[in-house]
Amino acid sequence: MALKNKLLKQLAVAGLAVVTSISSGFAAEDTVGFVYVSPIGDAGWTYQHDLGRLQLEKETGVKTNYVENVAEGSDAERVIREMAKRGDKVIFATSFGYMNYMLKVSKKFPKTAFVHATGYKMGKNMGIYNARFYEGRYLTGVIAGEMTKSNVLGYVAAFPIPEVLQGINAFIKGARSVNPKAELRVIWVNSWYDPGKERQAAMTLMSQNADVITQHTDSTAVVQAAEEQGKYAFGYHSDMSKYGPKAHLTAATHHWGDYYVKTVNDVKAGNWKPESIWGGYKDGMVSLAPLNPAIPAELQARIRDMEKHLTSGVLHPFSGPVVDQDGKVRVAAGATMSDKDLNGMNYYLEGVVSKLPKQ
Amino acid sequence: MDSSLITSILVATIIAGTPLIIVALGQLIAERSGVLNLGAEGMMAMGAVAGFAVTHHTGNPWFGVLAGMAAGMLMSFLFAVVVLTLMGNQVATGLALSIFGVGLSAFIGKPYESEILETVGSIRIPLLADIPVLGPALFDQQILVYFSWALFAGIVWFLFRSRPGLVLRAVGESPAAAHSIGYHVISIRYMATLFGGAMAGIGGSFLSVFYTPLWVEGMVSGRGWIAIALVVFATWRPFRVLVGAYLFGGVMVAQLFVQGSGLEINIPSQFLSSLPYLATIIVLVIISRDQNTVRLNAPVSLGLPYRPDA
Amino acid sequence: MLRLEPRAESSEVMSYLSPLLAVVLMLIGGLILFTVLGKNPLEGFRIFFINPVSDLYGVGELLLKATPLMLVAIGLAIGFRANVWNIGAEGQYIMGGVAASAVALYFYESEGFHILILMVVAGCIGGMLWASIPAYLKTRFNTNEILVSLMLVYVAQLAVSWLVHGPMMDPDGFNFPQSRMFEESALLPVLIEDTRLNIAFGFALAALIAGYIFMYRSFLGFQMQVAGNAANAARYAGFSAKRMIWIGLLSGGAMAGIAGMSEVAGPMEQLTEHVSNNYGFAAIIVAFVARLNPVGIFFASLLMALLYLGGEQAQQYMNLPSSISNVFQGMLLMFLLGSDVFINYRLKWGKANG
Repeated sequence: MALKNKLLKQLAVAGLAVVTSISSGFAAEDTVGFVYVSPIGDAGWTYQHDLGRLQLEKETGVKTNYVENVAEGSDAERVIREMAKRGDKVIFATSFGYMNYMLKVSKKFPKTAFVHATGYKMGKNMGIYNARFYEGRYLTGVIAGEMTKSNVLGYVAAFPIPEVLQGINAFIKGARSVNPKAELRVIWVNSWYDPGKERQAAMTLMSQNADVITQHTDSTAVVQAAEEQGKYAFGYHSDMSKYGPKAHLTAATHHWGDYYVKTVNDVKAGNWKPESIWGGYKDGMVSLAPLNPAIPAELQARIRDMEKHLTSGVLHPFSGPVVDQDGKVRVAAGATMSDKDLNGMNYYLEGVVSKLPKQ
Repeated sequence: MDSSLITSILVATIIAGTPLIIVALGQLIAERSGVLNLGAEGMMAMGAVAGFAVTHHTGNPWFGVLAGMAAGMLMSFLFAVVVLTLMGNQVATGLALSIFGVGLSAFIGKPYESEILETVGSIRIPLLADIPVLGPALFDQQILVYFSWALFAGIVWFLFRSRPGLVLRAVGESPAAAHSIGYHVISIRYMATLFGGAMAGIGGSFLSVFYTPLWVEGMVSGRGWIAIALVVFATWRPFRVLVGAYLFGGVMVAQLFVQGSGLEINIPSQFLSSLPYLATIIVLVIISRDQNTVRLNAPVSLGLPYRPDA
Repeated sequence: MLRLEPRAESSEVMSYLSPLLAVVLMLIGGLILFTVLGKNPLEGFRIFFINPVSDLYGVGELLLKATPLMLVAIGLAIGFRANVWNIGAEGQYIMGGVAASAVALYFYESEGFHILILMVVAGCIGGMLWASIPAYLKTRFNTNEILVSLMLVYVAQLAVSWLVHGPMMDPDGFNFPQSRMFEESALLPVLIEDTRLNIAFGFALAALIAGYIFMYRSFLGFQMQVAGNAANAARYAGFSAKRMIWIGLLSGGAMAGIAGMSEVAGPMEQLTEHVSNNYGFAAIIVAFVARLNPVGIFFASLLMALLYLGGEQAQQYMNLPSSISNVFQGMLLMFLLGSDVFINYRLKWGKANG
């Protein structure tokens, strides 16, 4: 009870300044809930979020609950509501499809903090967060551009939403910044998680001469296929080196632990308010997995430099000139692409040989 | 198009067609005896999860294939008890088996999601594999590819050259007549159904142990149903199963090659992904248009229960 | 030893008892399952079967979840009775949802009750159109309707994916694969405050009653029953087989389409790729467990819905995978098909006579 009293006192001080703070504060027995779209497994999108959850437990001592494999249909509303009802004080929903359901539940539970990953709708007690995945992609593109012998790169992708197109375009832009001959082939598998199809797509790309491939899907099938064929690949989400020790050059990874700790501490302190966070290298949300020794030391050093520049903001993957596949200049030299334009990306940049089906 | 590209398309087509061949040939035998088991999807799913789990624990893919086979047989045994002994409706029970198998495999397979297996290499047949273009596609393949061909040859011999094959066909054509000359119809159907289950289990384990190699819920994704469609497409003849399976495998693979090639196509990728299913429908229509072909070739007692009057 | 002996005529009592027997066997199976998993079975049953309906919201969710199952199952049952095997209700459900969404988006930012009515009609027609493909191919080319309707499920899933990534995508939605949120005028009215239960539950009850009248009080329903039980007799009597195929498939398609409409205009309030909830397949289990009987469908739908909610609770409170629901559903169906034998046979102890 002592803790609770202390918190209440803190709240009384902080509460005056913050209008939308979660007024009841955070008691010792209060818990934090996580909604996951897929099983945790040991690599991938959900796995990264779960690492964040474990870091949160370790650093703050709060108890957490999670539910895996929650479909993004209307059943999600019931699952999120049940979490709020049983007393999860902060709820993180880690997939886009939960957005509207979480917003609805948040209105019914005004004393709970709701936080939604990758969406765009906010509420009085609902914040959003996401990472600039494309920063890591750009670096993997640079490595791919240097490591390719055939000058053909391959990309297995799930759905043509801006986040995925940002990744594809950052990858080819990085590659062409060091190797203007590099070209990129893209295959859409229309699924976030279908190892059979992902593998088939990877094999197809490699038979079409791609010797460095990567994926924006959730399984490790692409890395495994590259290992088998003696080609190079990048992991995504997590370090996937154990699935292809030789093939895996590095991985574009994302990290949520610091953000989760900060959010929960803010709620505890009573000064949490809904925000829109789009964090990148400088926030520690994006980084690369360990570099494969196959990457020459000189290139490794250059990548480490570029990481520093991404952190300091000197380097922006989409700084001009940005030219699309049809030769249209999207960003003039000297300018950088705005967040708004990044979020509306629906085209390929030059260097991508596949065509995006017109909508 | 250079020859290595043709080779890799062929390799991919053959691999994609292989599980379909194994499963469809198994169902062909069951259907020839008069048993229609729509549970192939569920049996494959159970075969896939069992194969993966056992390979994961033992490190030996052959134990995995055996486990897949056993799981498929167990499922088909369940089916056989309900439809052959208890005389349940074959269509309903088969559907139930599919739903049950897919759900149960997801349940059992939970701990194995995102575990990995060592990739099983292909087996190269010396000399033959050196033939340009075709050699690497046909003679440097996964062992279950060779198995599917052996299975095909074995089934052709069994059905049309052996006495037990003749009995099996007789049971499917006219169970009453077969019974009256002293054959135990129910036992023969049990064996045929179990064989179908075994093959579905092996086909499933091929997916999870050799092909992907990963286990994930729903990974069979309609292949069991396509295999059943193949049997109809083949009008219950083994050779046409082979042709049909490679045709479907080819369609599955072709759409990926088209996407990667960068051809100027204005077709949504979703449409390309639906081609194998649309192709199945079109082929079924073509085959069944001529009602006589189907009627002449379909085992007469297919799907009908038989109970010998004591 | 134990053996089966044919009954002189099928047992009416057993045809009602065998579903109950199946439920009991399923519970025993659940008991074993929980024990094997190292969970307290009593606690398991409490979380699985009581927790989900412990408050009004829970009851609302139960009925909400049962609504599409009732709708689809009654439509399918009409066909199944005549041996028309529509396995693709899932695809018809999706297409119904798509058609209803098209209406909702067309009338975006306009008012009026006609929008909802048009949405119901569109959902119904969307499902019927998708079901008419296997019906046409079956009647015209004798193509197996099981396989065609099933293949079309996969096609429908890809079609909705294309639509929400393309023509029906929310223009203000940052290119995410979803339609606009529907306006109030395109949403089904909620029946009980603070729950999600909407008027579609009324549609489902009406459909069950209409289905009952059709099956047991109409000549056409009688014809279809005869065709299912004795195809030859039906042919001698001059009943049109083609007509039955059409009715059997279209009734399933129409009801599945309305169910799809009730999902997009109900809890989803928009169209996304996740409109497909496996209701189309679950309803097949419902129809069989219910012995293709409307009253049975009512109860079987509630049971199935409870199994879903229970699975969710087991996942949240017992850390079990949610696929445990499918295991229960599968057991239920297999046990039912197995216990059906007692309708026509009795268990005897001893040697065969004669």
